[in-house]
Amino acid sequence: MHFLLLFNRQSRLRLQKWFMPVSERFKRKVIRDMTMMVVGRPARSCNFLQWRDLKIVYKRYASLYFCVGMEAEDNELLTLEVLHRYVEMLDKYFGNVCELDLIFNFEKAYYILDEFLMGGEVLETSKIDIGVAIEDADVLQETLEEYMSKQTY
Amino acid sequence: MSPSVRLQEMIRVIRSARTQGEERGVIQRECAAIRAQFRQADNGGRSHNLAKLLYVHMLGYPAHFGQMECVRLIASPRYNEKRVGYLGAMMLLDENQDASLLITNSIKNDLAHSSQYVQSLALCTLACMGSAEMCRDLASEIDRLLRASSSYIKKKATLCAVHIVRKVPELGELFTPAARALLAEKNHGVLHGAVILITELCERNAQTLVQFREAVPELVHIMRGLVTSGYSPEHTVAGISDPFLQVRILRLLRILGRNNDTASDAMNDLLAQVATNTDSSKTAGSAVLYETVLTVMDIKSESGLRVLAVNILGRFLLNNDRNIRYISMTSLQKIVSTDHNAVQRHRGTIVDCLKDQDASVKRRALELSLALVSAINIRSMMKELLLFLSTCPPELKSHAASGIFNAAERYSPSQRWHIDTILHVLITAGADVRDETVPNLIQLITNASQLHCYTVHKLYRALVADISQQPLVQVACWCIGEYGDSLLQGECEETEPIQVTEDDILDALETVLQSHMSSPATRGFALTATMKLSTRITENVDRIRSIVSIYGSCMDVELQQRAVEYNALFKKYDHMRAAVLEKMPVMDRSSMGPTNGESGGGGVQELEPTKPKQPEMMVAPQPASQVCDLLDLLSDPDEPSLPGGPLGPGGGPLGPAGLMSGSAGGDLLYLLGGLELTPTPTPATAPAAVTVYDKSGVVLKLSCERPLDASQTITLTATNTSDHDISSLTLQAAVPKNVQLQMKAPSGDSLPARSSAVVTQTVLLNNPNK
Repeated sequence: MHFLLLFNRQSRLRLQKWFMPVSERFKRKVIRDMTMMVVGRPARSCNFLQWRDLKIVYKRYASLYFCVGMEAEDNELLTLEVLHRYVEMLDKYFGNVCELDLIFNFEKAYYILDEFLMGGEVLETSKIDIGVAIEDADVLQETLEEYMSKQTY
Repeated sequence: MSPSVRLQEMIRVIRSARTQGEERGVIQRECAAIRAQFRQADNGGRSHNLAKLLYVHMLGYPAHFGQMECVRLIASPRYNEKRVGYLGAMMLLDENQDASLLITNSIKNDLAHSSQYVQSLALCTLACMGSAEMCRDLASEIDRLLRASSSYIKKKATLCAVHIVRKVPELGELFTPAARALLAEKNHGVLHGAVILITELCERNAQTLVQFREAVPELVHIMRGLVTSGYSPEHTVAGISDPFLQVRILRLLRILGRNNDTASDAMNDLLAQVATNTDSSKTAGSAVLYETVLTVMDIKSESGLRVLAVNILGRFLLNNDRNIRYISMTSLQKIVSTDHNAVQRHRGTIVDCLKDQDASVKRRALELSLALVSAINIRSMMKELLLFLSTCPPELKSHAASGIFNAAERYSPSQRWHIDTILHVLITAGADVRDETVPNLIQLITNASQLHCYTVHKLYRALVADISQQPLVQVACWCIGEYGDSLLQGECEETEPIQVTEDDILDALETVLQSHMSSPATRGFALTATMKLSTRITENVDRIRSIVSIYGSCMDVELQQRAVEYNALFKKYDHMRAAVLEKMPVMDRSSMGPTNGESGGGGVQELEPTKPKQPEMMVAPQPASQVCDLLDLLSDPDEPSLPGGPLGPGGGPLGPAGLMSGSAGGDLLYLLGGLELTPTPTPATAPAAVTVYDKSGVVLKLSCERPLDASQTITLTATNTSDHDISSLTLQAAVPKNVQLQMKAPSGDSLPARSSAVVTQTVLLNNPNK
C-alpha cells in the first residue's frame, strides 16, 4: 500500500496516511486527483481504478470515501476487506461511528489505524486483539491524564 | 478516555467558519497561539497544542514549525505526550526533513522501554518514516525484538524489519535466521508478518529464495490448517478463516514455486484443495480464490490445475458483481498470451462486457478484446469494436481507435473491408486518431486501384455530410482530387452511384476551404485537390482559376504560396498542367525521399504538406514541385548540352533548394519530355529501371532499390548506343538540404560504342527525417 485517504463528498480530507516518502506537492496532487476521480463515480460502479502505475481501491461508507493506492501485485479484493475491517474497528471503538466522530477524534482514528496497518501492510488479522491493544493504550493514557489533572488541582 | 476539550473547541470554531477567509483567519490566530505556547516552558498542555497543529495540518495549512515540538514531545517521559509526538512525527516528518534524524536516539531509547506500548510507538514510527540511516542504526535492535517474548512486540518488529529490508536490502541477511524461526509461531499476527518478511527477503535475494524453498512443506501445512479449520470469532470473515493470512501465504508460495518443479509439485494438491473448497460468494472467498488462480498460473502447475484455474476465471466473468468481473478480466489479460485458446472460449462474455456501464470494466474489456482479435474472428470482433467506439467514453476513444487500426492492419480479410473499417473509424472518432492515419489510409487507397471508384463515392458522401473531422476531410479531399473523374462518371459497381455535377464537387471543396473548422493542413489538401480537378473536369476550369487566384492573397503563407504557384501553372505553363497534375503512382509504404521513376537527385521543394510528420506526402508533390522549379530554367534554354551532362537538374548544389544551374536548361526539356511520355500511373515497383536521359545515343537508366530504413539506393546505368566512344563521363547529382547524398565510385568513365559495355554508379540517399 502506498497511501490511505479518507475524504467526504465535498472533498474535505478527514484522514491521510502515507506509507511512502513523497513530497508535499505530490501529496497534494494525489489528494486532488483521488477526490476528483472517486467522488465523481456513480453509485454501483466498480471499486477499482487505475491511476498512473498504481491500482486504486475505494469504498464508500455513508458520507466518507476510503481510498487506497497500491502496487500492481497487491490483491484488490483483499484490500476491500482491509477497508471493511478498519471500518469495523472504528465502529466498535466509537460505537456507531459517523463522520463527526472522526473529525473530533482524528488522533484516535490514527491510533486505531496504527494498530491495524503498519508500513503499508496488515499488522494484525484478529479483530479482538486490535480492540484489546487500543483499550490498554487508552487506559495507560488516561491514568497519566488523571494524574496530571490532579497535580494542578 | 477524556477528550481533549481545547482541541475539540478549536475544531468546532473552525468548522463554524462560514467562508474560506474566515477559516483562514481563525487558523492564523490559533497557529500564532500555538507557536507562542511552543516557545514557553513545559505547561502540561503541549500534547493538546500539537494535536491542534496536526488538525490544522490535515486541513492543508503549513505546519512545519511543529517539527521541533514533535522531537521534544517524543523525548518526554509521559505516555500521552509521546503518543502525540510520535503521531506528529509520522505526519510532519519524513525522511527528507532534517529534523527526522534527531528522533533516532529517542526511538532507540524507547525500543528498550519497559512498557510494550511505548516500544510499539517507536516501532510504528520507524516503520512509517524511517530513513535508510535510521534503519541501519536500529537494525540490530529490531533483530533483538524479533526474538522477544511478547507476540505483540514480535509482530510489530517483523513489519518494521520489512520496512528496513525495503529501505536497505543488504540488511536482509541479518533478518533471515529470525524470519525462518518465526514460521513456527502460532499467533496469526506474527505469522502474517513473518510471511511478509520472507516474501520481501526472497524477492530481493536469489540465494535466500533457494533457502526458503525448503520451507514450502511448512507453509503448505499452515495453509491446510487454515483451510480446514472451523469457525473462529477472531479470524473468520464470511466463512473464510483469516483470508489475509491465506492470501499472503499463497503469494509467497507463488514466488517460491516459480520456475521450480519440486516446489510446484509440493503445492499442487494444496492449491487444488483451496480452489475447490473455498466458498466465493463473498469478497473474502473471492479474494482467496483470485490469489490461488494467480499462483496456479504462475508456477509450474499440472495442466488439470491450470484448466481449473481458467474455469474459475470464467466463472468470475459471469458473476454479477462488477468487481469480480474486473479482476477476472485483469487476470485473463495476464494469461492471454500463453493460454490464448482457453481465453478465446470466453470471448462472447468479454465482448458483452464492452457494453457495461462502468468505465473501469469497459477499459479492461477493451484491452482484452483487442488481445483476442484473430484472423478467424476479425469480422465479428470488428463489428463489436466499432459499435463500442461510437459509445465509448472519451478517454478510451484514442486507445480504441489505434487498437482497431492495428487489428485491421494485421488481420483484414480484404482491402475493401479494410478501407471501410478505417472510414468508419474516421467518421465516428475522427478527432482522436493519430496523425499517421491520414498518409497510411491514402497509401492504402492508392494500392487498392480497383476500389478507387467505390472509395471516392463513399468519401464524397461523408464529406458532404460532415466536415468537422479533420483526418476524414483531408483524405476525402485528396481522393476527390485524384479520382474526381470517376465520381463524375456516376457509375460504380460496388455502391449505388450518385449524380454529381462538377459544380457540386467544387462546392464541397470550397466549403472546406472556407470553413472555420478546417485546419490549415486541411485547407492545403482542399486547394491542391481543387487544382488537380482542373485536369479531370472539363467545364468549370474558370471557376477553379478564380478560386486559386483568390487564395493568392490569403493570410496563411502556405496557402498563399500554393495558390501563387498554381496560378503560375495556369498562366505561363498551361501546357505543363496536365503532366504536373496527372495521377499519382502507387506509393510504397516505406519509400521515402524520391519516388521510383523520379530522377535520383530530384530537387524537392516543401510544397505540401508542411508538417514533417507526414513524410509520405512529400513523395506526392515531387513531380509538381520539381517541374515548377524547373520552369524557371526553361525560360532561358541555351547551349546544347554536353553528352556527359549532369544527370539530375543541376550540376551542383544551388542554394537552399539545391537545384539546377543554368546550363542544364536544355537537358531539362528532354527530361520533362521523358516524364511526359509516361503519363499513366506506373505502379513501378522498385527495381524497374527508368530511362531518364536519352540523347545522342547515350541512355541513362535509373533504378531504385527497396530502401532499408531511411536510405534509398539508386543505381545509375549508362549505355552508349551510338557509334562513337564516349570518354570522361561524369555524373553529378544534387539533393535538397535535408537529404544526405553519397555517390560511390563509378565503374568506369568511358562508354564504348554500340552498348558493348555499361558504366554503373551507385548513389546512396539518406533522409533522416523519415
